[in-house]
Amino acid sequence: MPTPVISVSHLRKSYRSTVAVDDVSLEVYRGEIFGLIGPNGAGKTTTMECVEGLRKADQGTISVLGLDPRRDASALQRRIGVQHQEAQLQKRIKVWEAVDLWSTLYGRVVDPQDLLARLGLEAKRNAWFMTLSGGQKQRLFIALAMIHDPEVLFLDEVTTGLDPQARRVIWKLITDIRERGKTVFLTTHLMEEAERLCDRVAIIDHGRLVEVGTPAELVAKHCPERTVVFTSDGTGAVERLTGDPSVQSVESEGQTHTLHGQGDDFVTHIIGLVAREGIRVSGFRTEMPTLEDVFLKLTGHGIRD
Amino acid sequence: MLRGFWKLTWVETKVFMREPMGFVTSLAIPVILFIVLGRTMRLGRPEADPTAQALFNVPIVAALFIAINAVISLVAIISIYREGGILKRLRATPLSPVTILSAHVFVKLVFTLVSLGLLVLAGRRFFPGAMDVNLPSFTAALLLSTLSILSLGFVMASLVPTARFAQPISAGILYPMIAVSGLFFPIERLPSWLQIVAQGLPTTHAVSLMQGVWDGSGWGAHWGSVVGLMLVFAVCTGLSTRVFRWE
Repeated sequence: MPTPVISVSHLRKSYRSTVAVDDVSLEVYRGEIFGLIGPNGAGKTTTMECVEGLRKADQGTISVLGLDPRRDASALQRRIGVQHQEAQLQKRIKVWEAVDLWSTLYGRVVDPQDLLARLGLEAKRNAWFMTLSGGQKQRLFIALAMIHDPEVLFLDEVTTGLDPQARRVIWKLITDIRERGKTVFLTTHLMEEAERLCDRVAIIDHGRLVEVGTPAELVAKHCPERTVVFTSDGTGAVERLTGDPSVQSVESEGQTHTLHGQGDDFVTHIIGLVAREGIRVSGFRTEMPTLEDVFLKLTGHGIRD
Repeated sequence: MLRGFWKLTWVETKVFMREPMGFVTSLAIPVILFIVLGRTMRLGRPEADPTAQALFNVPIVAALFIAINAVISLVAIISIYREGGILKRLRATPLSPVTILSAHVFVKLVFTLVSLGLLVLAGRRFFPGAMDVNLPSFTAALLLSTLSILSLGFVMASLVPTARFAQPISAGILYPMIAVSGLFFPIERLPSWLQIVAQGLPTTHAVSLMQGVWDGSGWGAHWGSVVGLMLVFAVCTGLSTRVFRWE
């Protein structure tokens, strides 16, 4: 096992009588994109802000790059980059002014021009913050988080409220950041985002850590169900498929049949049957469970409930 | 972190100057008020009623207005910055919390200075002879007064629930304070309990110090007001370190 860059053990944090984070332990390794996923109010931001050193944990220990986020706050600030959820800047600050201000605050910085170009903001250098689009604002916040070339980047709901196109641009940027050897710790309530972007995810619900693993592992472990949907005008042969012992249940609607089964081999098995029996199918698709299904199964409620 | 302080101060200055309303209210309105009131009171004219002038000192009214404007603007900016997560974001940088807030105070003091400069220019242009005052001394009195009331502004900024209420709440606290500050009538005419309250308010000491300096007496003659302003500054700054909310 590689040594973790972030190590959290038995973190607990409450606000008055509400327990926001309850006994959360997790590790993040160098060079990975790690996602903390869960619905709004699950404790994602609180966990992240304790790790960043912005909040004081009630209990538990946190180590980031071998430092204590509270005790070694100033040393840590120079090695991590943060972006906050729903953050704003001064309405009338220009893009270059923000980058210039941030450059002054950190001793060692990357070339601001180059950074703005990499984030596709060079044409917006002289634009006021309030005139930027949602995606441009978030890219500026990523730029500010990266100005001092940090080893670990914290992104809190970085694509929330963005349109799909802007979201994809940010996803590309984040994978590029990983290619440069950085570690990314992000939170999201978008399962699709977690599935596409994260090397490993931790599911958090009501302040408690439910499960940790790669998206594929979690799907394989918790949602082995596989679904095949096919359309066929053949009659007799269809029963060969729907009646196969590997099929656990069938829903038929006209000529469209939905077969439910278990495990990775289920789909291969059905394709083999179709070929062997010479069944004429005019439509065929498979449905794989997603992280969303895993979440539903583990927590008993949907991510948006 | 001195470079960070200057850079932040400069950025905040530019940002403030781009805000049309903020710029107008902090620089233009005090001067306009001064000219209009000065005309009405026949400031600097021989036929002016000296007792009325003594009771209603137009330059002091305008100067206090500058200070109050600076404070209301500060409370609004701080609460907008808090609501927008700007304070939180700045705090996550190597800038110290004191540096972040000092930059805002500094910007307000600079604008107070500029406003006073405009006031003096307007006075020389429109009311020649009425502005014979020890300018460095008066400037220092205004800056100390503003600083003291600004520290109260930080306490107010901590209490304001949302940015929408910043302006009405701070104005609602500060304007009644002016009413009992001795600016419009001597505080001796107030009920005795209100006189005691007035003695605890920075505006009262600000008025008496500026009035005194304007009339030509030295700071030594008003050491009580100076101590009062410093005391308010110390108490409010100490209180702010406890109650100030960054988010």
